[in-house]
Amino acid sequence: MELNSKVPSGPIEKKWEKHRFDMKLVNPSNKRKYKIIVVGTGLAGGAAAASLGQLGYEVEAFCYQDSARRAHSIAAQGGINAAKNYQNDGDSVYRLFYDTVKGGDFRSREANVYRLAEVSNAIIDQCVALGVPFAREYSGYLANRSFGGAQVSRTFYARGQTGQQLLLGAYAALSREVALGSVKMFPRHEMLDLVVIDGHAKGIVVRDMITGKISSHAADTVLLATGGYGNVFYLSTNAKGCNATAIWRAHKKGAFFANPCFTQIHPTCIPVAGEHQSKLTLMSESLRNDGRVWVPKKAGDTRKPWEIPEDERDYYLERIYPSYGNLAPRDVSSRAAKRMCDEGRGVGPGGRGVYLDLFDAMNRLGRDVIAARYGNLFEMYERITGEDPWKWPMRIYPAVHYTMGGLWVDYNLMSNLDGLHVLGEANFSDHGANRLGASALMQGLADGYFVIPYTVADYLAKVKPGTRPSVDHPAFKEAEREVEARTKKLLAVGGKKTVDEFHKELGQVMWEYVGMGRNEAGLKTALQKIPQIRERFWKEVLVPGSGSDLNQELEKAGRVADFLELGELLAYDALMRDESCGAHFREEHQTPDGEALRDDEHFAYVAAWEYKGEGKAPELHKEPLTFENVHLAQRSYK
Amino acid sequence: MKLTLKIWRQESPADKGRFAVYEMNDVAEDVSFLELLDILNQRLIKKGERPVAFDHDCREGICGSCGFMISGIAHGPQKLTTTCQLFMRQFKDGDTIVAEPFRSRAFPVIKDLIVDRSALDKIVQAGGFISARTGSAPDGNAIPIPKKDADLSMDAAACIGCGACVAACPNGSAMLFTAAKISHLGLLPQGQPERKQRALRMVAKMQELGFGACSNHGECEAVCPKGISIDFIARLNRDYMVASALETMEPVKKV
Repeated sequence: MELNSKVPSGPIEKKWEKHRFDMKLVNPSNKRKYKIIVVGTGLAGGAAAASLGQLGYEVEAFCYQDSARRAHSIAAQGGINAAKNYQNDGDSVYRLFYDTVKGGDFRSREANVYRLAEVSNAIIDQCVALGVPFAREYSGYLANRSFGGAQVSRTFYARGQTGQQLLLGAYAALSREVALGSVKMFPRHEMLDLVVIDGHAKGIVVRDMITGKISSHAADTVLLATGGYGNVFYLSTNAKGCNATAIWRAHKKGAFFANPCFTQIHPTCIPVAGEHQSKLTLMSESLRNDGRVWVPKKAGDTRKPWEIPEDERDYYLERIYPSYGNLAPRDVSSRAAKRMCDEGRGVGPGGRGVYLDLFDAMNRLGRDVIAARYGNLFEMYERITGEDPWKWPMRIYPAVHYTMGGLWVDYNLMSNLDGLHVLGEANFSDHGANRLGASALMQGLADGYFVIPYTVADYLAKVKPGTRPSVDHPAFKEAEREVEARTKKLLAVGGKKTVDEFHKELGQVMWEYVGMGRNEAGLKTALQKIPQIRERFWKEVLVPGSGSDLNQELEKAGRVADFLELGELLAYDALMRDESCGAHFREEHQTPDGEALRDDEHFAYVAAWEYKGEGKAPELHKEPLTFENVHLAQRSYK
Repeated sequence: MKLTLKIWRQESPADKGRFAVYEMNDVAEDVSFLELLDILNQRLIKKGERPVAFDHDCREGICGSCGFMISGIAHGPQKLTTTCQLFMRQFKDGDTIVAEPFRSRAFPVIKDLIVDRSALDKIVQAGGFISARTGSAPDGNAIPIPKKDADLSMDAAACIGCGACVAACPNGSAMLFTAAKISHLGLLPQGQPERKQRALRMVAKMQELGFGACSNHGECEAVCPKGISIDFIARLNRDYMVASALETMEPVKKV
C-alpha cells in the first residue's frame, strides 16, 4: 500500500499556512451535527476535546483514570519548548525546527517538525491565557531555562511541575466545555476496540471499569490520544496504568504502527532498588543544567563519594562532549552511563548508577539558589532513596521514559485508516528516533490545540452530516462480542501465575535484549522468547474475579496481553532496522567512539507495519524521508 | 521488618464492609506503601482470594490518584507525602498499619480503598477555569505578572486533587481544594474578569454536592501532600463575600 504523507507543496515556511487555506471548513451550523470521540485526556486529548467542544462539535471524551486531570502528562517535570526568543540568544522557529530534526537523528518528517516549531509560540500564549502560572522574572516577564540537547534557553516551566500545570490548564478548559454540555466526559472507561465500517473508523467499544459493562459509542471520527507504550518494559517512568491497548487494537483493525523500536531511555532516573520495584521515577533533566555527572576513574571503587578526590573522578560527559557537556541529548547521555557501568565504574547498590553532583553549583550559587531551583526534586529523591542529596550526590541511572514510535499518521494526523486520527505520544511523527527534552509537552499541545481543530474540519467536511452509523450496526455488535469473548477467555484460563509475573518476565526480556543496546543475536533471542511467554500467558495466567464489576487484575491482564504482542513487533522492527539512529542503538553500527552510526542510504524511511493476522509476519510499508532543509549529517555534540 | 496490615474490605457500595488483617513478613524498608499492597495482592491472588482494590497511577506523587487513611491520617504519618511516596522506613518492626478509604459524605466508597471523588471535578466544572477560547490569546509577555503573584499562584496551583483535605476535615469540607483553585486563578490578571462569578459558582456547587462548611480546624493543611496553605481559604472567603455583595450568580455561558 502506498503511504501518502500528504505533506503540502511549497517552501517549508509556507506549508502550514498554505495548507490551512487549502483545507475545507465545516459550516458553523453543521458542526453540531458531527460527533467526535476523543480517547485519552492528557495534553493532546484534553486540549483537543476542549478546543473541538468550543468549536461546536459534539464531543465524547474517555479516560481510564477517575478524572481527566490525572492523565500521565501530569508527571512531566521540566518544561515546554517554544521559539519565542525572549532571551535574545539566537532562537527562532527555524532553529527549533533544526534542533528537533537533528535531535531526532533525521528520522522524523521535516514538514511536521516545522509546523510543530511554528505553533510552539501560540501554545505558550494559550497556556498563559488559561492561567498556567509559568515561572516569571522579577520584571514580571516569562522566565526560561536551557534543557538537554539545546544551546539556547527556550524552555518555559512552572517549577518542577510543568506538565501538571499545562494539563490542569487543558483540564480547566475541558471542564468548562463539560459544564456547557459540549463535551461529554466518560472517566473510568477503557477503550477495548475500534470499530471500522467499510474502511472508516466510526466508533469504539469501551468497558465501564466500575460496572464492567461493555458498550459502544459511534462517531464521525475517532481521535486517539492515549499516550505511549513504555510499559512494555514493565519498569518505566510511565504511570502504572499507561498502556497500549487503544493503539494496539486500532493496529489490529488496520492502522499501521510506525517505528515501534524508537523508545527513549531517559538518563536521569532513580536507580532500581530491588525486586519489589513497581515503577521508576524520573529526576528532572533540568538538574543537568547545574549538575555534573561523574563516576570514579577506577573500576570497583567503593569509597564514599566525598572520599574520592577530584583527580580520581571522571566527569565523562564533559570529557567526551566538551561543547554540550552535561547537557548532551538523552540517548547519548544514557548510553554513556551504561558504558561507564559496564566498565565496572558504576556506583551504588548493584553498580548500576552514576553520580549527579550539584555540590559545585551549591558552592558557586549558594544553597538558597539550588533550593529554589531543585528543592522539590531533592525532597522527592530523599523520600524514595532515604539519602539526603544535600549530603550525598544523587545517584541516577537511565530508565525507559518515552516512545517516539506510534501509529503512523499523515500531515493531518490521520492514520492510514480513514477517520482515525492519532495525537501526541500515541503517534509517531515529530520526534524521529529521539525526542529532545521539553518537546513532548509541546507536541501534545500543538496537536490538540492547534493542528487537529483544523485538520479534523477538513476531514469532516468530506463526511455527509447525519451519516454516522448507529451503535446497532452489526459491526458494533461484532466488536462487542469480540471484547466480551476476550474478557471471558482471560478469566477462564485459571492458571497459577499472576499477570504481574508475566509482565515482569516480558519486561526483563525487553530490557535485556531490546533496551539501550541492541544486537542481532539478542533481538533474535527476544523474538524467540516473547512468543513463548505469550503462549504461556494464555495457558497459565490467573485472573481472579469476574468481568461484571471493578476488577483491576482483569484490566491489567488485557493490557499485558497486548504488550505481549506489541513487544514482539518492537523487537522485530529493531532487528529489521539494521542501523543505529537516535535512541535505537544497534551495537553492530557505531562509530569508533561508540556513537550511533546511521545508514541513510538504506534506512532513511519510516517503517510502518501492517498487522496481517495472528501468527503471520507483519508487512513493512516504507515512507521515504527526504531532508530538503536540514542536511543529513552525523549528529555531533562534541 | 514484620508488619501487620489491617485493611478495609468492601465488595461494593452496598456492602457494609469490614476490616481484614494480614501479616506481612520480611518487608524491606525501601518498599513503598503501594508496593506493600502489590506484594499482599500477589499473595492473595495465588491463594485464590480477592486482591485489595486501590486507586493509583503515577506513583510519583503528582497524579493524585492514590490516597487512603493510614492509621487515621490521610496519606499517613509523613508530612507533605502522598501514599505512593510513603516508604516503609517510616514504620518500625512490629507496627500495625490500618488502611481505610477516604471517608466523607461526598466521596462514596466504590470498592475496598477506592472512593468516588467525581464531586471534585464538578466543583471545577462549576467555575474553576478561565474562559479563554483556543487561539484567542495575546502574546504571553503582553501582561507582565509580578513574580511574587505568579509564585503565590503556583503555590495554590500545586494542588493534586487527591481529596485528602476533604477526608481529613471533620466537616467533610472541600474548602481547601476550592480555595486553591480560586486563589490560583484569582491571583493572576487573566483570572480577574471571571473572579466574582467563579467564587459564587464554585462555592454554591460545593454546598450542593454535600461538602461541609469550614470551621478553621486546619487538619486539611496538615495532611495536604502539597502543603497548600489555609491562607488560601481566607482568599476564597474574601472573594466570595465581595462577590455576594456585588453580584448575583449567572450560569456558565458559551462565549
